[in-house]
Amino acid sequence: MNYQFEFGWLFEYYPQILKGIAITLELIAIGGVAGISLGIVCAWVRALGPAWARRIVAAYVELIRNTPFLIQLFFIFFGLPSLGLQLSELQAANLAMVVNLGAYSSEIIRAGIQATPRGQFEAGASLAMSPFETFRHVVLVPSLERIWPALSSQVVIVMLGSAVVSQIAAEDLTFAANFIQSRTFRAFEAYIVSTAVYLVLAILLRQTLSMVGGLIFPRRAAR
Amino acid sequence: MIEFTIWDILRNLLLATRWTIVLSLVSFAGGGMVGLALLFLRISRRKWLRGLAKYYIELFQGTPLLMQLFIAFFGLGLFGIDVPAWLAAGLALIFWTAAFLGEIWRGCVEAIAKGQWEASASLGIGRLQQMRYVILPQAMRIAVPPTVGFSVQVIKGTALTSIIGFVELSKAGTVVTNATFQPFTVYGLVALIYFALCWPLSKSSQILERKLNVAHRNH
Amino acid sequence: MSLIEITDVRKSYGTNEVLKGINLDVEPGEVIAIIGKSGSGKSTLLRCINGLETISQGSISVAGAQLMNDEVHLKALRLKVGMIFQQFNLFPHLTVGGNVMLSQMVVKKTPKPQAEAMARKMLERVGLSQKFDAYPDELSGGQQQRVAIARALAMQPIALLCDEITSALDPELVAEVLAVVRELAAEGMTLLMVTHEMKFARDVCSRVVFMHQGRVHEIGRPEEVFANPQTPELKQFLGLH
Repeated sequence: MNYQFEFGWLFEYYPQILKGIAITLELIAIGGVAGISLGIVCAWVRALGPAWARRIVAAYVELIRNTPFLIQLFFIFFGLPSLGLQLSELQAANLAMVVNLGAYSSEIIRAGIQATPRGQFEAGASLAMSPFETFRHVVLVPSLERIWPALSSQVVIVMLGSAVVSQIAAEDLTFAANFIQSRTFRAFEAYIVSTAVYLVLAILLRQTLSMVGGLIFPRRAAR
Repeated sequence: MIEFTIWDILRNLLLATRWTIVLSLVSFAGGGMVGLALLFLRISRRKWLRGLAKYYIELFQGTPLLMQLFIAFFGLGLFGIDVPAWLAAGLALIFWTAAFLGEIWRGCVEAIAKGQWEASASLGIGRLQQMRYVILPQAMRIAVPPTVGFSVQVIKGTALTSIIGFVELSKAGTVVTNATFQPFTVYGLVALIYFALCWPLSKSSQILERKLNVAHRNH
Repeated sequence: MSLIEITDVRKSYGTNEVLKGINLDVEPGEVIAIIGKSGSGKSTLLRCINGLETISQGSISVAGAQLMNDEVHLKALRLKVGMIFQQFNLFPHLTVGGNVMLSQMVVKKTPKPQAEAMARKMLERVGLSQKFDAYPDELSGGQQQRVAIARALAMQPIALLCDEITSALDPELVAEVLAVVRELAAEGMTLLMVTHEMKFARDVCSRVVFMHQGRVHEIGRPEEVFANPQTPELKQFLGLH
């Protein structure tokens, strides 16, 4: 192998990389918060909602979990305009991530709800709380606490999966790598660098989520 | 302009689906073999071997599959090999699959109680034999549901190979869309075909897991 | 009119009838012990009074609030009767104070300062005012159960249902919980308790209900029931032959 590695382009192109990182972070921040919120609502419907709503949510969850994120993204970005819903690249990327994480997180959160001891529901009821009040104030937080590690992993998976939004020209980190390789013809180096950046982002995201967990679940941090 | 019927679209997509299936099978089988090797490294008694496997797994689980595909596609070219898309796709998916399967299986092996190791060690059997006759048979039983479940991730993962130019279901979807200008229909159908491939696997994984849980409770 | 009126209550799980027509009227300030073998239906009866189980037949009313299976009626009923469970069922993510304040704020919309004042008062009453900021898993079982009592009291119920509240406790922790209940009884709280503490039942209760196979088999003042059981089943249960 007589290939000469060359990383000098980094000095010229680091603004692109930084911008790409910013977009990737923005995507996972919005996708993470909105996706988990959607997941909580769906988990609540599936655990305690009326039968018809449960079926709708179940269909949504199964559909998302059994199709590739790339196709969900293409469907939203290229397909929805024929229904009159024209989205920008970033909007489409955001929507796809929310819809995707919403489905996965609802399953994870539902498992947490199902692991709630029956006595907790009964204690809520005996204190005259409605089923919704019991869910909101008694069941939800310990359920989230129970599955927080699994939920964190899923958020990291979605962040890594977001690399494909470059395919609809959303200007994320992968888009930056593609751009640089097309300019410099240093494909291997460009992808090695962005892969390393993704690895660091994944590690930082995991740590951030663990810290967030400590803030939301103070009892856990106290131990 | 040529008119495309739904049937024309579907036929083209289904033809390409064959390659999605072939690539999934290859990735899963190859990934299973490498994953098994990783599993043995991961539970080895040598610390550096365990560390090696751990870092391998963290690397592949901590970076995007798309980047792994790019690196396989462009990186192998550095060795002067002309890499066809199918080779890069297959290799990247095998190593990616291996990382996840290795980790899933390690969890299963560790779930078999420590007492089992001790009991079999007290019988004077060697470590490899313990694995072969005591641990693996039990671990395999609990490994089936998550392994089947992960096969869904492999099928969905193959969609990314379209980006480096391997012509499978997703790529066919893009090609057909460009020819027909019917993205809604085409990507809708593509999604349905993936769903038809993945859903039976997801469902059987769930059913297997439920059965296993019931069996456990009756113990 | 009695405070709690239980009229011909029947309850079945499938074909298995666990309550076979229960009639029981409880007067204000009464302390009633429900005793019986496991499976006699005593816990089920208690849970029915609070609407945790739906009854198949009959009627239950508490201070005029009828037990009905819709949210509005259930809420009205549950505001009048508190319940204490065998397994405490404290909310693990909330502090002791948070546990006692939660339902006041959520259900009664009590402003936080008042809810907190009430919580402190009730914790004082069960002797745990210094544990306001502790989490449930930092407390002993006996302390947890006393918090559960404070939590129920903070809703100012007119009756309390106690479902084997000392059965999950280590023997040395039983006394502190019973002391709290004894005090409540002395203050005139209406209490309905399923219990295995015969001595406590004898000392504190105004009436004892012996349940057997889904029926009220014997009922009376403790000195009568314990000293002079009428039926062979009760004799056997009390260990007399």
